[in-house]
Amino acid sequence: MSSNDKAAGDSSDLLRAAELLAQIGEELAFVVPDGDAGLLPINRFVMDLEEWVAPTAAGPWTAGLKVVRLWLDEILDGSGKFTEDHIRLINEWHAYVSSVLDAWLDGGGMPDWPSGWDRSLVPGATTPVAGVPKPAADSISPQPPAPDPSPSAVLEPIGDEPSIRLNLDEDLELLREFHAESLELLQGIEQGVLVLETTPADTETINSIFRAFHTFKGGAGFLHLDAPRHLAHELETLLDLVRRSELRINAGIINLILAGADALRQFTHAIGAQLQGIHPGALIVVPTSDIIRRAKSAARGESVPPPVPAPPAPALAPVEVQPAPSTPIAGFPKSDRTSLEPVPQAAPEAKAPLSPAAPAREPVSGDPVAGFVKLDTAKLDSLVDLVGELVVAQSMVVQNQEVRSIESPQFLRLVRQLSRITGDLQRTAMSMRMVPIRGAFQKMTRLVRDLAASQHKQVQLLLEGEETELDRNIVEKLGDPLIHMIRNSLDHGIEAPADRIAQGKPAQGTIRLSAAHQRGGIVIRITDDGKGLNPDRIRAKALERGLIRADAELDESEIFSLIFLPGFSTAERVTDLSGRGVGMDVVRRNIEGLRGKIEIQSVPGQGTQFTIVLPLTLAIIDGMLVGVGEDRYIIPTLSIRESFRPQPGMVSTIQGCGEVVSVRGRQTPLLRLGRHLDRPFKASKPEDAIIVVVESGDASRGLLVDELLGKQEVVIKSLGQAFQNQSLLAGSAVLGDGSVGLILDVDTLVKAPGHRKISATATATPGP
Amino acid sequence: MTKSSPNSNPSLAKAGRYLAFSLGAETYGLPVLNVREIIRLCPITPVPRAPEYIKGVINLRGTVIPVLDLRAKFQMPTAVYGERACIIVVQLRNPTGGSTLIGAIVDTVEEVIQLNADHLEPAPDFGGSPETQFILGLGTLNGGVKTLLDPDKVFLTEGLLTLVPSPASTPQNRTQTV
Repeated sequence: MSSNDKAAGDSSDLLRAAELLAQIGEELAFVVPDGDAGLLPINRFVMDLEEWVAPTAAGPWTAGLKVVRLWLDEILDGSGKFTEDHIRLINEWHAYVSSVLDAWLDGGGMPDWPSGWDRSLVPGATTPVAGVPKPAADSISPQPPAPDPSPSAVLEPIGDEPSIRLNLDEDLELLREFHAESLELLQGIEQGVLVLETTPADTETINSIFRAFHTFKGGAGFLHLDAPRHLAHELETLLDLVRRSELRINAGIINLILAGADALRQFTHAIGAQLQGIHPGALIVVPTSDIIRRAKSAARGESVPPPVPAPPAPALAPVEVQPAPSTPIAGFPKSDRTSLEPVPQAAPEAKAPLSPAAPAREPVSGDPVAGFVKLDTAKLDSLVDLVGELVVAQSMVVQNQEVRSIESPQFLRLVRQLSRITGDLQRTAMSMRMVPIRGAFQKMTRLVRDLAASQHKQVQLLLEGEETELDRNIVEKLGDPLIHMIRNSLDHGIEAPADRIAQGKPAQGTIRLSAAHQRGGIVIRITDDGKGLNPDRIRAKALERGLIRADAELDESEIFSLIFLPGFSTAERVTDLSGRGVGMDVVRRNIEGLRGKIEIQSVPGQGTQFTIVLPLTLAIIDGMLVGVGEDRYIIPTLSIRESFRPQPGMVSTIQGCGEVVSVRGRQTPLLRLGRHLDRPFKASKPEDAIIVVVESGDASRGLLVDELLGKQEVVIKSLGQAFQNQSLLAGSAVLGDGSVGLILDVDTLVKAPGHRKISATATATPGP
Repeated sequence: MTKSSPNSNPSLAKAGRYLAFSLGAETYGLPVLNVREIIRLCPITPVPRAPEYIKGVINLRGTVIPVLDLRAKFQMPTAVYGERACIIVVQLRNPTGGSTLIGAIVDTVEEVIQLNADHLEPAPDFGGSPETQFILGLGTLNGGVKTLLDPDKVFLTEGLLTLVPSPASTPQNRTQTV
């Protein structure tokens, strides 16, 4: 596959797929009938492809993967040997998906679905939208192939269907984000539906699809894109019934979800096309009323939604984006190219083939971010990972015995130079991910303004510490939780002006959003001066929802944290804003996914404060490598206050509390790390060991370790879901010799219970 | 083999290809679809307070993956790993997408075998033996019986690898592992 620089954003993602396809191609060369050569490698590469997430509309692509999966499974479950038919089919498949990929890279048309393949997997119409392939119309449709690929691929005349028009002037950046985010959401929905097909009762998947629609709706509502918002709302309502078990999921509903997702995807692609400068400002029309009607009837419990009727209008020609039927509104930004075009025909049925793909790549009108490159974060992540590997590999070379025996001064100079360059490279790579939190904060300004206006409330948003820098990955993932919490504050916290005045508060409510560095992490606070949380009401609601038992004894903070449970909501009505109970559970999950914590404080009548504590970066920490017995552990340097070898008499045992070490007159509780971790250790007396004093929050603790092995910047590697239920370890890192070192979670160690029950006999009490 | 119609027991292993390996005198099979690769035994970093069958974690080309000791998992007596011991890297697909890699130490890897429906029979009831829950079925080929393992059950990771509670209260006794 030739890489193609023309494809702007996604090309390196695509290159990964291209690489896999090339590898499959190589393996295919060795395949012979009645042989199994190449079978397992091909299977593995296909598995990799299945994991690889296609960047945009993935219909033909996923359908292609489904087909080849069927064949491979046939072979693997059967004789384990290729037949001539299979070889031919897989070669055909290879050619097919390669041209799908080419279509992505070059913006050409999608290849035709090869004849002789399973027609039921045929993806939708193949007219490309601005070089982006069409989504799969309905990849699970059980019905035989119909000439009309899917009703959602058909555009009805303007008039019957609601349309949207983008405000490219004001919302350009927001639309870009919405576009990118929506593609991701729709991708997730599509994948979720595939899961539902096999396990319809999978509540986690239903929840995630539900949330995806919810998030889509939120974004669309924010941008006043009413037609897609309305559709997403109906689908969300339908899924809400499903997830509350008030409605049983069936094939009809699944089809409906897919059809709805497809329609939303059409909106999204049309938005994407306009962002690329194709007919900016044109009306976007995608038929949704039929899907909405079916969704409503399905939500009423009518067992099977009526089969899709032909659209009321006779216009069956597939048309992607309707150009503005009227003259574009004056003042709209238009590229020269567009304005040179004749005014589009007013006839609504006018077929509007899109401009060829090539001009679509021209930027809208001048590059608004000259000097910056918009970069896929996955690339950035893999760069940072690779640099991490490079640093490790470099130190392995330098520490190699044979290399160390080289005494040439010139060689040593070169090694030093190499070390310096790798170090610089690593720092630069890391700094590329650090961005001010400003972007995430400023988006809230508009949110607050719009929400306040729609609820007739007066609210000011105060921002503090916007310049605080943290990992880009964190900033990006912070957007959703912030939106949910701000909405929550505005929706449930801030009272209507009249109520506020009645309580002696200023009519205008205040939401304060602040960020600050705090010892190795960042603290974000969202404070409102609204009515605060009502513990009694929360408790009653939790009881009603079956989240707690009637006799549960909860203190106030435990009651407040109930609002983070899935399915909890105190809102009486369902709105766009909040109040469906989606949100706070997601907020907590998002924050915890960032290795952060969230807490609530609230005073009735005075307001509520959410406190989020996050690490600065997810990628790297400065660590102290300590030895305990044969083990090596990493303690984040930021948590270390000091380390020293204790003198005899510094450590003493306090009955009932365990050991303490006296540090400059202060008694700090001591934890013998080896014993605490239940691992062998060397030093039996504190005087033979080293004490590392660590702190977390206000508390501190001395850790008794055998030795200090040095400071090191390490790239944090997740321990994976296998270890997600423990809090002892914060992660792991690859050390200089290629082995794995474990990163200790200081917070857990500081809070670990002391050796309360240890009697004097159990502890080798140090001599005076 | 008498009544081993493939449909008689829904949990029966599917015909297909299995990677055969041994632990002590016993031979096992894992569906090849779940086998990512086989690597030589390498230094394993022990994870404190993990269940005994978790040998630790290794660095698989930049990815940290857990390694299980299948002997311990099946409550077999421990043994010194021989020259031929290796780590089978198993790939589990998550229902929510993506996949998990996990290593398993075995004594020897034998070969990839093809098992057809008439080679398969359901797992006999061993009367509560800890292994039973992990077994898909038995495969008999050329006179040898291979225990076919259900990778999702053997290597089920979520929740199972919860570290045992802090030993602070009983620091002297090695806490009972799961």
